[in-house]
Amino acid sequence: MNDKNFDFAISIPSKGSGGKTGLWRTKRPVINYDKCTRCRFCIIFCVENTIDEKENHLPEIDYDYCKGCGVCANVCPVNAIEMKDEAEV
Amino acid sequence: MKTITSLVGNHAVAYAVKQAKPNVLAVYPITPQTTMLEKLADYVSSGELKAELIKVESEHSAMASIFGAALAGARVFTATASQGLLYMGEMIYWVGGARVPLVAAIATRAIGAPWSIWDDHEDFLTKRDAAWIQLMAQNVQEAYDLTIQAFKISEDKKIIAPCMLGFDGFILTHTMERLELLDDSSVDNFIGKRDFSIIDFDNPVGIGTVAGPQTYMGYKYSIKKAFDGAKERIKEIMKEYSEISNIDYQPIECYKCDDADYLIAAMGAWSGDARVAVDMLRSEGKKVGLIRIIMFRPFPKEEISKYIKGKDILVLDRDYSFGSGGILANEIKSISYNLDSKIYSLIAGLGGKDVSEKEIKTLAEKMINKELGDEEWLM
Amino acid sequence: MANVNYMLRGTAACPGCPIPRELNNILEIAGKDTVLVVPASCSTIIMGDDIHGMPSVVPVVHSPFAAPSAIASGIKAAMNQLNKKGNVIVWAGDGSTGDIGFASLSGAAERNEDIIYICYDNEAYMNTGIQRSGLTPRGAWSTTTPEGKREFKKPLPFLMMDHKIPYVATLSIAYPFDYEAKIKKAMTISGFRYLHILSPCPPGWRFDPSLTIEIAKLAVETGIWPLMEYENNKLKLTGPSILLKDKSKRKPIEEYLKLQERFKELSDEEKRLLEEDINAMWLEIERRMS
Repeated sequence: MNDKNFDFAISIPSKGSGGKTGLWRTKRPVINYDKCTRCRFCIIFCVENTIDEKENHLPEIDYDYCKGCGVCANVCPVNAIEMKDEAEV
Repeated sequence: MKTITSLVGNHAVAYAVKQAKPNVLAVYPITPQTTMLEKLADYVSSGELKAELIKVESEHSAMASIFGAALAGARVFTATASQGLLYMGEMIYWVGGARVPLVAAIATRAIGAPWSIWDDHEDFLTKRDAAWIQLMAQNVQEAYDLTIQAFKISEDKKIIAPCMLGFDGFILTHTMERLELLDDSSVDNFIGKRDFSIIDFDNPVGIGTVAGPQTYMGYKYSIKKAFDGAKERIKEIMKEYSEISNIDYQPIECYKCDDADYLIAAMGAWSGDARVAVDMLRSEGKKVGLIRIIMFRPFPKEEISKYIKGKDILVLDRDYSFGSGGILANEIKSISYNLDSKIYSLIAGLGGKDVSEKEIKTLAEKMINKELGDEEWLM
Repeated sequence: MANVNYMLRGTAACPGCPIPRELNNILEIAGKDTVLVVPASCSTIIMGDDIHGMPSVVPVVHSPFAAPSAIASGIKAAMNQLNKKGNVIVWAGDGSTGDIGFASLSGAAERNEDIIYICYDNEAYMNTGIQRSGLTPRGAWSTTTPEGKREFKKPLPFLMMDHKIPYVATLSIAYPFDYEAKIKKAMTISGFRYLHILSPCPPGWRFDPSLTIEIAKLAVETGIWPLMEYENNKLKLTGPSILLKDKSKRKPIEEYLKLQERFKELSDEEKRLLEEDINAMWLEIERRMS
């Protein structure tokens, strides 16, 4: 606390301002790349913005921050994302 | 180069604001401040003051919008009174906590209910814990001078805090007095360029963010430290101003205190009446002096305590803290501990009730004759 | 290739909360010379704290509940006076927008301040734990309407159109192209711009967080949340809502209601009244379009 500047209460841009939110997850979205059509729906709709687009245009989930809400699995038009129990993976 | 002229208090403050060259103003009408807003609108409309005057829909928005403008680097100003200051209350604390340099003039006025448009100091004093520098004028000249000083104090790098100027509603706002005005370049040189902007697209920060229990108190302590240090700096700024205006400014004014056996303490316009009362008492051989408080926050404890040791003091309050007492009396009591002084609290002038020099004199005589209670209400 | 994040991931938003996505897509278009003004709301928490930082990559000014429109007005006035360029965007919930901050919103709109005001409407005071607001829909459960809300949803988009401001639009994150087109258009217009997003809230509306986008989409498809745009005194429907002027093309509202436990106790009579509200809204749209 002592080395902190207390003149003004400010915050600076940082990843993980809510913590390592991947730790919140009880279910983990797992992408079946054989089914994936690269439609980008999961990337576009992931509410936390934790799905990156790889160079081959395939989606890749950032499990450090993915909260496991399941929106990606819900919007995937070809059911290529499965929500698996964290305990099982 | 000075100009000697006559102005009502509201116009004198508006003139000082024009000379301070704020970039953004936001003012909402309320008696007895309104004629200042009208004057400012004239200045902006005629181009004499190059600024945006935001015609807000409430006092809350007046303070909110100048807060936003101040964060973006503008010099800013607002003014209000009474209910308006209370309605602004949430934002008053917000800008105090955020330590944003800005200036507000308060045309002091009683608080309802019942409705009253007339003067007392209750509104101004409700904001004593809001982390604002608070100054109080005695006459139109001071309202003008202290407005200019307020901008410099508020923006000073060692202070950085909002600054509030109180001046009595109608008694000063609507009374025409002779005063000396500084020329524009003297004001420019005195205040200097504003150097405070926190909204920076190249260095983005979140301003006023959540602070948890580990850090919240740290911010409050830094305000405390800034206020502790502000006293000496304000004295320097007042001295600097005195050099260009040839009018002596200090956090307190002492009138015939040095050899006094008894003191009167007051702030605001009626200090002038107290001064006349002191002269009348002196002419009768009674050694009475006057301590006038100009800087209410930070409270000039050391300065006052120098004069009050072993003295009986009549403290004039145009305000009251219900269930406690006169606010100024309480402040002075809190520093008179161990100084063997006796505080007599006089509550008077609420809601514009007139108080004469003679009444103050009579009460001081009662104090001298040990006929005065601890707290008297002059009805 | 990592996504460019305009809201850095790992926010304090609940799982399934669309707020980070909604903000990301706004900031992506608005660019770095933008300042967000955020009143008390879930977004206050989502914007982090002094120790852990904030997800936003642009400056954020935190605001008391009723003050964002006025603070934004002041920021813009200062930028104009100091010759600085940039967007000033208010990001406020429905409570700040339609209830406690409505006077200052109305004032800023009436003055036609050059700011963008975005209401993310999750239809109750969610940050304090689901209390009804003026924008909670009829029949919805909340902790202060245990028997369901008796009054209709305050029609904020219409009220803002009545301020004759240059641009009003309704948005849904389920339709990203319509969403982004409206943000882009708002950026090209000067004066007061009002955008209103229906923003589903998993814990507040009582649905599984995986359904956020599905529910946002159903709100549009059932006609409960028409996508529209008001510009130059003219109102028009946009995207999928264009066809929904024909009532028969709308999905039954049950499809939207049944996914949300907040409507679980809705009686037939309340459902009828809710449908009447929606029909009246569509008649109002037609009246304003003609």
